[in-house]
Amino acid sequence: MELYKLTAHELLKKIKNKETTSEQIVSDLTKRIKGVDAKVQAYVRASSSTLLAPDSKPNGIPVSIKDNICTDGYNTECCSKILQGFNPPYNATVINKIIASGNSFLGLKCNMDEFAFGSSTENSCFGPTHNPWNLDCVPGGSSGGSAAAVAADEAIWALGSDTGGSIRQPASFCGVVGLKPTYGRVSRYGLIAFASSLDQIGPLTKDVQDSAFLMNIISGYDAHDSTSINIPVSDYTKDLINDAKGLKVGIPKEYFVEGLDSEIKAIVEEAINKLKSLGAQFKEVSLPHTEYAVPVYYIIATAEASSNLARFDGVQYGLRAKAEGLVDMYKKTRQLGFGDEAKRRILLGTFALSHGYYDAYYLRALKVRTLIKQDFDNVFKDFDYIITPTSPTAAFGIGEKMDDPLKMYLSDIYTISVNLAGIPAISVPCGFTKKGLPVGLQILGKPFNEGMLLRLAYTYEQNTAWHKVKPRL
Amino acid sequence: MSIDKKTVEDVAHLSRIELGEKELEKLSGQLEHILAFIDKLSSLNTENIAPTNHILPLNNVLRKDEPQSSLPIKKTLQNAPEKQGNSFVVPKVIE
Repeated sequence: MELYKLTAHELLKKIKNKETTSEQIVSDLTKRIKGVDAKVQAYVRASSSTLLAPDSKPNGIPVSIKDNICTDGYNTECCSKILQGFNPPYNATVINKIIASGNSFLGLKCNMDEFAFGSSTENSCFGPTHNPWNLDCVPGGSSGGSAAAVAADEAIWALGSDTGGSIRQPASFCGVVGLKPTYGRVSRYGLIAFASSLDQIGPLTKDVQDSAFLMNIISGYDAHDSTSINIPVSDYTKDLINDAKGLKVGIPKEYFVEGLDSEIKAIVEEAINKLKSLGAQFKEVSLPHTEYAVPVYYIIATAEASSNLARFDGVQYGLRAKAEGLVDMYKKTRQLGFGDEAKRRILLGTFALSHGYYDAYYLRALKVRTLIKQDFDNVFKDFDYIITPTSPTAAFGIGEKMDDPLKMYLSDIYTISVNLAGIPAISVPCGFTKKGLPVGLQILGKPFNEGMLLRLAYTYEQNTAWHKVKPRL
Repeated sequence: MSIDKKTVEDVAHLSRIELGEKELEKLSGQLEHILAFIDKLSSLNTENIAPTNHILPLNNVLRKDEPQSSLPIKKTLQNAPEKQGNSFVVPKVIE
């Protein structure tokens, strides 16, 4: 049987009709992982981890989990040396919700950039994940392991986290569906923090319907996360409506400029034409502060990261270096434990927050964040959606951008503003380049309107077949 | 604004990260490059703009002052690199 090829909603139907069982699905998935993961390397610590968690009793559909989401009894290391051997004493809220929904999760975790710092999954202490569409290319990042696992049929569905595009950009590079919920929609309790004002957990799935299913499971208020918002969650499967008539979409002119690959531009324009033919109304709009999003992000995100990562000091968990005094122990532990990108970001963030630079960098960035948010508020007064490419290019080669951090940062240029504004967005497959690499269409929506996002994404998907094409492995 | 090697050294101390001479050299160059890009922000007039502290309206979160269960000591200490009884052990701080 090749049950691993199916979506979660197809498998749930089969279980209901007694055509298959959870045991069969898990055993099939295990075989698939054993068969192709040596090539893709979507999972980490393969030898030391039990495949199915929390116990070996399969139930429902297993979800694959990014290595920064805490799983009690199963190592969670953020793909960093400094968290080597960390066994979380509790489950993240999303994990408890998955269990409560009658589903399970894999104890084998998905690869990522160390602490989610990166856009290519190359900054992992376990080495890079390979793009299932071309093994010489990156899968995107930082949730590259989750995206590649779904694309390679090594996962039925998966969870990632998105701070500046870390769900949507890898979804785009790997040809899967990735949704970043509104800030506060999904509890961050048990998500090892990168930038607390930007982080959100979200689904990576084979189609839009599974995205709605997984959103139903993980959304909602949680008293353990004081930034989670206590407003009702609707049943997202009710938004799976194949109808775009009269929906108003803005196309931001600042996103279709120099730097956007001409092939990507043509593919995205074709997708827009498709939606037009289905009745959606398009108009050019302006998000005038777009060019400031990347600099604002790399101040706010690094400032928050430098503060969040202060806890990794060798005292309570993870790596501890041998040293004489306490400060010396901190310094040596952090030198040994953090990779290059983590060090860069901690230094940059500490600099932006330090005496004499705070006003010029951190405070200024918070003010420009207000302007970026206002840009979106203005457009959403008259429009239901904004549509853009998810990424200015398709997947790039492994090693191509590793020597130039700034070049790597700019690959998130279309996804970062969404996190700064706190709004939801989804990336859906919309075509392939001549070299056969997937391209993603990004749909942005109003806060807490994930249902509306899913509706337009579903309409597009039902009228195209991109999501059905699979990589050859 | 540019960042020199001395500033990176100071920031590394604040960050409690030891850096070798080579690492310091490399990071100084990279950070200078990144900061030059970030300096784009100084061209905007932000004088009368309020900073974003919370992206969505949030209320203070309060709860009743009632005892709740917390993690057992054994679980709390399960990842300790070094422990003794119910405590984490750290290098000696007081002379």
